[in-house]
Amino acid sequence: MAETVEIRWHGRGGQGTVTAAKVLADACLSGGKYVQAFPEYGPERAGAPLRAYNRISSKPLRMHCPVTHPNIVAVVDATLLDSIDVAEGAPDDAIFVVNTAKEPSEIRKKMGLKDTQKVFTVDASKIALETIGRPLPNSCMLGALAKASGLVPLDVLLADVKASFGSKFSEKIITANLEATRRGYEEVKEG
Amino acid sequence: MGKRLAVTGNQAIAEAMRQINPDVCAAYPITPSTEVMQRFASFVANGKVDTELVTVESEHSAMSACIGASAAGGRVMTATSSQGLALMWEMLHIASGMRLPVVMTLVNRALSAPINIHGDHSDGMGARDCGWIQLWSENAQEAYDNLIQAIRIAEHDDVRLPAMVCLDGFIISHSIESMEFLSDDLVKEFIGEFKAKNPLLDVNNPVTYGPLVLPDYFMEFKRQQHEAMLNAKDVVLQVAKEFEKVSGRSYGLFEEYRLDDAEIAIVVLNSAAGTFKDVVDEYRDRGIKVGLLKPRLFRPFPYKEVAEALSGAKVIGVLDRADSFGGFGPMYMEIASAMMSNGTNPVMIDRVYGLGGRDFMPEHAAQLIDELKEILDTGKVTLYKDYLGVRE
Repeated sequence: MAETVEIRWHGRGGQGTVTAAKVLADACLSGGKYVQAFPEYGPERAGAPLRAYNRISSKPLRMHCPVTHPNIVAVVDATLLDSIDVAEGAPDDAIFVVNTAKEPSEIRKKMGLKDTQKVFTVDASKIALETIGRPLPNSCMLGALAKASGLVPLDVLLADVKASFGSKFSEKIITANLEATRRGYEEVKEG
Repeated sequence: MGKRLAVTGNQAIAEAMRQINPDVCAAYPITPSTEVMQRFASFVANGKVDTELVTVESEHSAMSACIGASAAGGRVMTATSSQGLALMWEMLHIASGMRLPVVMTLVNRALSAPINIHGDHSDGMGARDCGWIQLWSENAQEAYDNLIQAIRIAEHDDVRLPAMVCLDGFIISHSIESMEFLSDDLVKEFIGEFKAKNPLLDVNNPVTYGPLVLPDYFMEFKRQQHEAMLNAKDVVLQVAKEFEKVSGRSYGLFEEYRLDDAEIAIVVLNSAAGTFKDVVDEYRDRGIKVGLLKPRLFRPFPYKEVAEALSGAKVIGVLDRADSFGGFGPMYMEIASAMMSNGTNPVMIDRVYGLGGRDFMPEHAAQLIDELKEILDTGKVTLYKDYLGVRE
């Protein structure tokens, strides 16, 4: 893994994208890394496109600005692929993790990605409906991103997903999110 | 070794306040510092601190209550941003004129109009002449460390002045970063017991605060305020030395980054300094002698030390995240003053950037270094004051 990994999340307000970036930061911190997690602040509304960012590094992080050349792009809502160039600034070896029922090859073609760029897909909304009962794809996307990137082992991620819910949520909700995370990790497809 | 956690800048400040456990905190919430008081209020409600939290109807009242509580003999803290600080302006002078060691966090935000909630330094720079010690912070770690040290600096017998700790709104206040906390006991021991001086509540030794002082003695009061400010410089270094012993983190009046043999020097405050350091490394790899100076103590300003640190530079680019319309930016004027007495006569340019939270990107840093290199090679300056990253 490179010394510093920069991640850009694309989601819509209300999907838990910002929370996912926070949980990922915590999980990488548990693994001894230096971390940053921050959203782009604008008029926050449910359904509006938003971005969030992570930097994960083995050395102290000094850069304090948005990520413009992401090593990893996580697309939490595939409808954004039609309206936003989520590949903007991504280097030739970038990894894309997309929440969709489609095959990676189909997404690769749709986005016009280079052969050197990697595409992973996971049907996170479906998995969320089956586990959590609501189309909240963030926990599942975290699992998929952890697998695709190799940034954090599943057991560490699961521990931090659990911790992120604290004591405010029911055991049922926490268990469902842990299941969604695990399934994202296991069911993500590369192509 | 302290606990390493990933937190927002505001969370780091609220934690420091919990550990400091002030006697009184009077505050009125304003973005982007709101989270500080929101978290601190829950510490008060949950009995984690002994603080008397005074919720007031405005920032003017917040600072007034802080002044009253401090004069009464308490350790007092607050936090604000932007318009909140602007509304406190009148009372900021009262706090410093009465020599009250109130410690305030300023989460930097642009001043209206047009209204904007994002980070720039126009609020803090506007309070430059209010008689408050100012410590500026690159990230959450520095903000936390500065706030703890500010207590010791402000309350020092040779100083007794209010102090504000500045950090960039949103860029630091709302971003999550990994940082290291000291233990509660360590902080408690480091700051020590508060020693009230001439407290109003000492009814056996009655004193007067803020009486009418006419031309016969007013200047002597102001002269002493300046003297106390000058004393603060040594105290800042002394406190930093002690802080390093307990934390392992070292602080000075400013930070020098690859400045020793630099022909091109950059002066930049707060979070943009971090981004800039990465770009300095890239240019150093290409053999370009560039370095950076990041002021920490802005009031009192360490003119002599800054001039010495920059004395090897042939060209200096000063970055200002606040403007003085029709004039140079506040940081440029300090650096120009410092270099004037130094005799090395470098070429100095001022670049205003990042107003209202406009992102400061590595490309902007590179653009400035390229321009300074051009000036170094040709000796020609197009504009002494200009704007970086603006549509023309």
